[in-house]
Amino acid sequence: MKHTLSVLLQNKPGALSRVTGLFSGRGFNIESLCVAETLDPKISCLTLVTRGEEQIIEQITKQLHKLIDVIKVSDISEGEFVEREMVLIRVKAEAATRAEVLRIIDIFRGKVVDVSPSSYAVEITGPESKIMAVIDILRPIGIKEIIRTGTIAMARAPKK
Amino acid sequence: MTKMTGAQAIIKCLQEEGVSTIFGFPGGAVIDLYDELLDSDIKHVLVRHEQGAVHAADGWARATGEVGVALLTSGPGATNGVTAIATAYMDSIPIVVLTGQVPTALIGNDAFQEVDIVGITRPCTKHNYLVNDPKDLVPTLREAFYLASTGRPGPVLIDLPKDVVASMVNFNKKKKIKMQTYQPHYDPHPGQVEKACKAIMAAKRPVLYIGGGVILSNAHRELTELAQKLNVPVTMTLMGLGGFPGTDPLSLGMLGMHGSYASNMAVAKSDLLIAVGARFDDRVTGRLDAFAPHAKIIHIDIDPTSISKNVKVDIPIVADCRSALRGMNAWFDNCDTFDPTASKKKHAPWLNEVNEWQEKHPLAYRDNGDVIKPQYVVQMINELTGGDAIITTEVGQNQMWAAQFYKFNEPRHLLTSGGLGTMGYGLPAAIGAKMAFPDKTVIDIAGDGSIQMNIQELATARQWGAKVKVAILNNNYLGMVRQWQELFYNRRYSATPMEITPDFVELARAYGAVGLRARTKDEVVPVIREALETDNVVIMDFAIEREEGVFPMVPAGKATTEMLLV
Ligand SMILES: Cc1ncc(C[n+]2csc(CCOP(=O)(O)OP(=O)(O)O)c2C)c(N)n1
Ligand SMILES: [Mg+2]
Repeated sequence: MKHTLSVLLQNKPGALSRVTGLFSGRGFNIESLCVAETLDPKISCLTLVTRGEEQIIEQITKQLHKLIDVIKVSDISEGEFVEREMVLIRVKAEAATRAEVLRIIDIFRGKVVDVSPSSYAVEITGPESKIMAVIDILRPIGIKEIIRTGTIAMARAPKK
Repeated sequence: MTKMTGAQAIIKCLQEEGVSTIFGFPGGAVIDLYDELLDSDIKHVLVRHEQGAVHAADGWARATGEVGVALLTSGPGATNGVTAIATAYMDSIPIVVLTGQVPTALIGNDAFQEVDIVGITRPCTKHNYLVNDPKDLVPTLREAFYLASTGRPGPVLIDLPKDVVASMVNFNKKKKIKMQTYQPHYDPHPGQVEKACKAIMAAKRPVLYIGGGVILSNAHRELTELAQKLNVPVTMTLMGLGGFPGTDPLSLGMLGMHGSYASNMAVAKSDLLIAVGARFDDRVTGRLDAFAPHAKIIHIDIDPTSISKNVKVDIPIVADCRSALRGMNAWFDNCDTFDPTASKKKHAPWLNEVNEWQEKHPLAYRDNGDVIKPQYVVQMINELTGGDAIITTEVGQNQMWAAQFYKFNEPRHLLTSGGLGTMGYGLPAAIGAKMAFPDKTVIDIAGDGSIQMNIQELATARQWGAKVKVAILNNNYLGMVRQWQELFYNRRYSATPMEITPDFVELARAYGAVGLRARTKDEVVPVIREALETDNVVIMDFAIEREEGVFPMVPAGKATTEMLLV
C-alpha cells in the first residue's frame, strides 16, 4: 500500500542524509521525496511517499522517529489529506498538434511556461492521479522532457 | 562563565562526566588535545591500534555501565576505529568517540588525512556530530554523553576540527539536558503491565527469554525476583548471559543456534514467551515461522523499533526493562489472586518437562583420552575462578564454548561481540575491563585466529599494567568456519587451516608477558593455576582437539528444534 509520510526534522547539515541513509540501509523504498524549510527556518518538512505492508510502514515510522534529528513523523495517508505535485512537461507542438496540446493543457488547468517553434513547456499541478492522466494523454503527441517535483501533502483540518 | 581553549573545555567536559580513563592514539589533528591531556588528571591509555582503543572503551563501558571514551586522530585514525564503533552499535554499548578532523577551512578539500567520518559512521552510531562552530563544542559534548547513556544506549561520535579545538570557547555551567527531538520512554504503561501479568497468570508453559537489555538497564535483580516469584524458567541470549544466575535451577542457559536443547525445546513448546530486552535476532529465532509457534508474546524493550520487527508481538511494553520488571513485580505483590505457592505448583508439570529435556541432552562433549577438549578448558577456568572472573571472548567456536560452559552468575561479566561478531574484540575489551577493575581476574577466551587480529594490544596491556590473561583455544583453524565447511560443504576446508601460526608462548615473551602451554588434558589445570597466580599479562596456549565442533547446532535457516547434537 502507498503511504505518504510527513516528517519534521531539524534543518541541519546531514539530517536529510540520515533519512535517506535509513531507507537505503534497511532496504525500504522511496517513491518520492520533497523537502523544504518550514516557517521556522530551523525546521524542515519532508514529504515522503513509500510503499509497503503495514508492518514495514510501522518499522519505517518508528525508525524515522528514532533518528535524533527527527522531530515528528505522521503517516498522513491514514486520514484525510490533500496532496499536490507539480510537473513540467516539454511536449512536441508542431503545426498539426499545437492547438490540440493547448486544448489538453486547458482541460487540466495547466499553463504554458515556455514556447519554441516545435514545442511547448507546460506546467501542471495536482494530485498524482491527475499528473499521470496528463502524461498518458500527452505521450502519443510526443513528450520530450519531463520533470516532476514529487508529492507534497497536508492533512485536512478536522471538520467540526 | 569562563573562557578557555577548546581543548581545555573538552577535558573539563570529560571531568564533568566523571571520566577517569580514556583510550586513544595520537596524530596531528588531535595534538592540541593531547597536549592538554598531559596536564590533566585523566588517564590516557595509549593503545597500539585505534580499533583497540574503541574496543577497550567498549569493554570499560560493558564492565562498568559507564560511558567509555576513545580519542582518535583524523583520517586513518578515525577509519581504524569504525569496526569497533559498529561493534558497540550492534550491542547498544554507551561510548563516546572523539575524532580529530582537519581545520574547518580545509573540510571538503581532500586535505591531508581528511575523511568524512561523520558520513562513514552515520549508520553505525546512535548519533554523530561535526562541530563546526566553537560555541557548539561544550553543548555537543554534553549532549553526546547524554545520548550515549540514555534510552537505548549506543556509540556517539564527535568530529573535532583542529581549529575548533584550538579556538577560545565559553565554558558555562551544565544544565539539565532536554532535547526536543529525543525523549526516551522509561516508564511502562500500567495497562500494558497489567495485561502482561494477567497473561502470565493464565499461562501454563511460560518462558522468560532475556537479552542484553536486562544487563544494560541493570535489571538482573528485578528479573531474578520475577522468575523466582513465578517459578518460570529463563533462557538467555548471548548478550543476556549473566542477567540471571547461570547456576540457578531455573536457568536453561543460552538459546538459539548454539543454545541448549532445553532452551530451544522450551521456547518451541511454550504458550507464553516473555521477552525482556531481547530483539529476536536470527541467530536466536532460526526459521521464523517455527519460532515459539504456540506462544503468545510479551515484549519489553526501550526501543520501539525492536518491537514487532521480526516477530509479531501480542503485548508490547515500551519501557526500560528495569522499570517494567519492577512494575510487574509490584503488580504480583499487590494482586490478591496471585499466590506464589500455587503458581509454583501450577508450573511444576512444565518445569518437570523442561528438566527432562535438560537431563536428556545436557550441554556435553566427548572426552578423548589425553587430548584437550576446549569445553573442558572453559569448565576448568570456570572452576578455578569460582565463576567470578570477567570473561571476554573473541569470535568463533571459542566464543560459543565460553558462552556454553562458563556459568555467569552476575551481569557485566561476559563481554563479547554479539551483534557484529567482531574477531579481535576480546583482548582490547579485556584491557578496558581490567583498567576499570584492576583487582578482578579478567580472561579473554580466544581463538588462534581472532587473537591475531588485535594481538598488538599485548603491548598496551603491558604498558598500563592491565594484567589480563588470554586463554587461546588453539585448533589451528578458523574453527567456526571450518565447522560449517565440515557440516555443509563436504569438508572442503577452503582458507580455514591456519598454516602459519606464531608460537604464542614465544610471542608472549617477546612482549614481556608470560606464555604457558598445555598439550595434554592433565596440563590444563596447572597452566590455568599458574596463569592466575602470575602477576603479569599471561597467554595460555591450549592445543585443543583440532576438529572439535560446537553443539548443539541449529543449521542456518532451520527451526530451532532441528538441532544437531553431540
Ligand atoms: C573480523 C572478522 N572477520 C571474519 C569473521 C568470520 N569468522 C567468524 S568465526 C571465524 C573463525 C575464527 O577463528 P578462531 O579465532 O581461531 O576461532 P575458533 O572458531 O577456531 O575458535 C571467522 C573467520 C569474523 N567474525 N570477524
Ligand atoms: Mg581457531
